[in-house]
Amino acid sequence: MRYQRWFSPWVLVVPALTWLLVFNLWPSINTVILSFTNARPIGGGTFVGLKNFEALLHDEQLRYALLNSVIYMVVCLPFLTIVPLALAVLVEKKLPGITFFRTAFYTPVVASAVVVALIWQWILDDRGLVNGMAEKLGVISGPLPFLSDQWLLLFSAISLTIWKGLGYYMIIYLAALGNVGRELHEAAAVDGASAFRRFTNITIPGVRGTMILIAILISVSALRVFSELFILSGGNGGPGGRDSSVVMLIQQYSQGFEGNLGYASALSIVLFFVTVVPMLALARLNRKAADA
Amino acid sequence: MTVVTDPARPVAVPDEPGTPVRKRRRGTFSFNAMSPTEKVVRYVLLVFVLLITIGPFLWQLSTSLKGSGEDIYTRIPRLLPGQPTLEHYGAVADTIPVWDYMRNSLQVAVLVVGGNIIGSSLAGFALSRLQFKGRKLVLGLFLATLVLPGEVTIISQYVTVREFGLANTLFGVALPGMIGALNVLLMYNAFRSLPIEVDQAAIVDGANVWQRFRYIALPSVRGTISVVAIFAFIGAWDDFLWPLIVLTDPDKYTLTVGLQYLSGTFSNNPRLIAAGTMIAFIPIVIVFAALQRFFFKGVEEGAVKG
Repeated sequence: MRYQRWFSPWVLVVPALTWLLVFNLWPSINTVILSFTNARPIGGGTFVGLKNFEALLHDEQLRYALLNSVIYMVVCLPFLTIVPLALAVLVEKKLPGITFFRTAFYTPVVASAVVVALIWQWILDDRGLVNGMAEKLGVISGPLPFLSDQWLLLFSAISLTIWKGLGYYMIIYLAALGNVGRELHEAAAVDGASAFRRFTNITIPGVRGTMILIAILISVSALRVFSELFILSGGNGGPGGRDSSVVMLIQQYSQGFEGNLGYASALSIVLFFVTVVPMLALARLNRKAADA
Repeated sequence: MTVVTDPARPVAVPDEPGTPVRKRRRGTFSFNAMSPTEKVVRYVLLVFVLLITIGPFLWQLSTSLKGSGEDIYTRIPRLLPGQPTLEHYGAVADTIPVWDYMRNSLQVAVLVVGGNIIGSSLAGFALSRLQFKGRKLVLGLFLATLVLPGEVTIISQYVTVREFGLANTLFGVALPGMIGALNVLLMYNAFRSLPIEVDQAAIVDGANVWQRFRYIALPSVRGTISVVAIFAFIGAWDDFLWPLIVLTDPDKYTLTVGLQYLSGTFSNNPRLIAAGTMIAFIPIVIVFAALQRFFFKGVEEGAVKG
């Protein structure tokens, strides 16, 4: 310890700590302060009391955005907690070429949400791949308006989010599967347990903690969705702006002459509470399951 | 990413009396090696998922290569271009300054990757290997920020960057992401798993903090550093919302923001948009494919060490 002067740890910590304070902690506090002002994107702004929060109550767009968020979460949760686990089991075993498959399954994750949304925009277009094939097969007579109908657009964005998320959660499960006792599986196999029974009775309980962690990640990211809806709707939130998300509204108020950073901050506070609720609920579930 | 591990160790199953030894051995054998049927089923499933995950990218690549005279709206989709051409890649550059956008994205990504490697390994080392007052508090602060979705603070982050006079600059785009709290915790975790005896031996030999960091700790956490670097690069290159808020001048756009501009203006030509998306997509795939070895190794490393 002779050579460790009292300040040397701090020299190493200070850069990261500065970033934390300036770009995480201070903005969190400042969001609350800003939400009581009418700050503009160009600068300035004065205290307006609770005016922004009153306006939130009458904001029709926000109601649609919240409804969309709930639908988004309810649909994404079951798909993204189960399917990636099955995928992880599929790529877990060492087989010739398995690294290629793992990497390929992960590709949608490394692609930008913008790129992904632009690709799917073309696939879901009136004259795109899906409509073309469906018409050819005689399933439909005219193109389905995936990108212009309020509900079809929302569900298109949801399927896109699910598609893009599969590989990400697969990798987390893959890491967790490494910790599920191999001996347990072997013993059960010897006792004649089928692959399906081993999956439900050994694998799933073994990754339960990871599953709840993933459920939290999925709900929070479903509530924060932006790029997919923004691009698929052409930036305007679909018909009548009914396909907006809360983050899209925040972005909308962040720029231009119509912009209002105070109102955007009030929306951010709504977003905070909306994401905290499922997080707390699932964390509680985790504790309960651990106690049982 | 920390992964919750199951503390319950597998329990050894006692031998059942009367179980023929041969049967047991054969059972174990078939568990490790795969029956031909299982192999075939697995490969069929793997190929099926492969088509779902990379099919759309191939379709987009194919569209970008189809000649202008070729009908891309055929009812029976054709994956292989009839008249393959690279003209649309040139045409993208004629309509939007796509190479400038790429340079902008690259500048941001380099700053973010560099900042994260340096900042988070220094802080992660200090928090895990050095004793000092306030260590627990600092660690708690880093953990606490993970709960907060970044979108919640994005507006006041913009106000902060604007007050620094960095609104509408590429440096302003890179700055907030240059040291991520999650990366600090990843490095903390990696350094913590190294045996403390090595440090003690080095101290006895008279190594100072910097020498212990540079020559002992750093070389042992290469896997985690590459995971941090890959994630930082992907995050910076793919980000859309933050540069969209910070940048107002079209000539400063990053690739993702510029692409959206392309889609809005030229939505009538899918070949052009396809070429644009491929220009944004191919570099990240190359980076990832080249480093995936370290990535998957690092992910497993992190999981085992918990």
